[in-house]
Amino acid sequence: IRRDREENIGGGCIIFKLKQKVKPDEAAVQEMDQAEIEVTETKSESGACFPPTFSVSEIKNKQRRHAMFLKLKEEKRKQKLELKKKKKKERKVLGDQAPPKEVPKTIENQRIYDETTVNPEDEEVAFDEGTDEFSAYFNQLTNPKVLITTSDRPRGRTVRFCEQLATVVPHAHVYYRRGLALKRVIPQCISRGFTYLMVINEDRKVPNGLILCHLPDGPTAHFKISSVRLRKEMKRRGKDPTEHVPEVILNNFSTRLGHSIGRMFAALFPHDPQFVGRQVATFHNQRDFIFFRFHRYIFKNEKKVGMQELGPRFTLKLRSLQKGTFDSKFGEYEWVHKRHEMDSSRRKFHL
Amino acid sequence: MQHDDVIWDLIGNDSFCSYKVKTKTQRFCRNEYNLTGLCNRSSCPLANSQYATVREEKGRCYLYMKVVERAAFPARMWEKVKLDRNYAKALEQIDENLMYWPQFIRHKCKQRLTKIAQYLIRIRKLTLKRQRKLVPLSRKVERREKRREEKALIAAQLENAIEKELLDRLKQGTYGDIYNFPIHAFNKAMEKQEEETESEEAEDEEEPVTREFVADDEFEESDLSDFEDMNNLKGSSDEEEDAEEESREEEESEEELEEEKTKAQSKGKAPLKGPIRKKRAYVEIEYEQETEPAQKSKAT
Repeated sequence: IRRDREENIGGGCIIFKLKQKVKPDEAAVQEMDQAEIEVTETKSESGACFPPTFSVSEIKNKQRRHAMFLKLKEEKRKQKLELKKKKKKERKVLGDQAPPKEVPKTIENQRIYDETTVNPEDEEVAFDEGTDEFSAYFNQLTNPKVLITTSDRPRGRTVRFCEQLATVVPHAHVYYRRGLALKRVIPQCISRGFTYLMVINEDRKVPNGLILCHLPDGPTAHFKISSVRLRKEMKRRGKDPTEHVPEVILNNFSTRLGHSIGRMFAALFPHDPQFVGRQVATFHNQRDFIFFRFHRYIFKNEKKVGMQELGPRFTLKLRSLQKGTFDSKFGEYEWVHKRHEMDSSRRKFHL
Repeated sequence: MQHDDVIWDLIGNDSFCSYKVKTKTQRFCRNEYNLTGLCNRSSCPLANSQYATVREEKGRCYLYMKVVERAAFPARMWEKVKLDRNYAKALEQIDENLMYWPQFIRHKCKQRLTKIAQYLIRIRKLTLKRQRKLVPLSRKVERREKRREEKALIAAQLENAIEKELLDRLKQGTYGDIYNFPIHAFNKAMEKQEEETESEEAEDEEEPVTREFVADDEFEESDLSDFEDMNNLKGSSDEEEDAEEESREEEESEEELEEEKTKAQSKGKAPLKGPIRKKRAYVEIEYEQETEPAQKSKAT
């Protein structure tokens, strides 16, 4: 015997009877139980009433199910608010003895510890950094000279982006690609004394990739560029950047890989920043995205600094790091982003 | 017997041929031995017992010929002649092999050879240039990355981070003497240090012994009135000091009044204020102020 569903809208209470296949012997007993349940349900008038093992998803009618779900949400929200108020009161009452406030969990808090995180006093790392390809720069032997170019046939946006990059990075020269092969370009650059080669790759009239190659047999990094904002798209921007050498800020490059990438960026800029110019270029790493910003700052007093954003802004995401100059077929890759291995956890970052 | 017309009737214009591909305006022939690629009475390799084609294999061109004598031997039906790499020589070879053949087939063979030679040249040129590798983007992945980037940007709080870094650098002194602020910072640091030291030593320090000269019980000042000049001298010096104090007080009060009232007055004499002075010989000092003091009532 199947029992039909009954609806008692008047009391604000929707009574649901479970579908049962009742044997005729126990029919009488079942009826009694049902009646008891009904009675208890009608008595409790606080909001919606539910028999014990019941979930909203069992209701087949969509409108009713939705209504029940909304009610459930309301209940939960109320409970949460009450809990909060109670806690606040307790905290007030206890005063100093209250338990300390809990720190909310953030992705940065919950980040899986990376074994390659650099300890500042690590000798091995210090030794490596003293002898790697950038040691020449960091020992103040060479000054950077950057060549910026694009992929074949760049469109307007990419060209303008290259020009603006050239104003941001000092000693930068922009050259058109004109179908030249990178492998032929690189020896020529070396012979003319360039230390960096930047190739902006373009797709569908928009820059989307960056190859940063440190020239005398240095590492080659391949990035994905996203959210490029050119100078005229900036809100409240200042005048064009001057010829002064900007300062560099590198934030959050914590692992070994992050360190090497950070040094790559640092070696783009000359050693002695001209503080008179009050310009600062920032590379900020957050969750494997590197945000680039270019600001002009002014100190209002010793506790406040005002900043005005000039210059283009873009974000980079590292795709691969290859030892040696650009050679995609036979190069030795130090690090390649493999999506299925590396993107499986939301709390694991590599830079 | 080879009945070409019968064959063409069977497969030709509106009939079915498995090599035929029909579009709205044209019929194409997918047979690999077809000379023109179209489905015609003269181009059909099945409906022509005497037929020739030029085909290319791994960069070399070959001339294929079919004659009616070999129609019964399908395995040997097509005669394959390797053509010279040199275009002109290959043309001559075609002429020589197809000497008494119909003009249509000869002409089409040469045209086909020309086309093949041209595309072979283009292939060779392209392989010398850089080959661009197209990497497909997965839409799902792109969307996911975009979202993650937005969230990362919010979490980064870039402006705050940069400002903090700049202020840290200022405190550390990397900017040297360009800004004047470091003095304040230095002073503050010093004050903090002093406070710390004071708070440490406050308990231990004894109060400094202050010496004070106190008069006797029976002592009265009037007993010392012998020296009137001394008094005068004292008085005048006192008066000067008092006048200075007065002026200071006046200035302060005037400043207060200036703040309260903002009436402009070019010059004003500073009125005497303060308690009524003893009638001693005194010098009245007037101060003219070029700032705009408020209107005051002169008290004489």
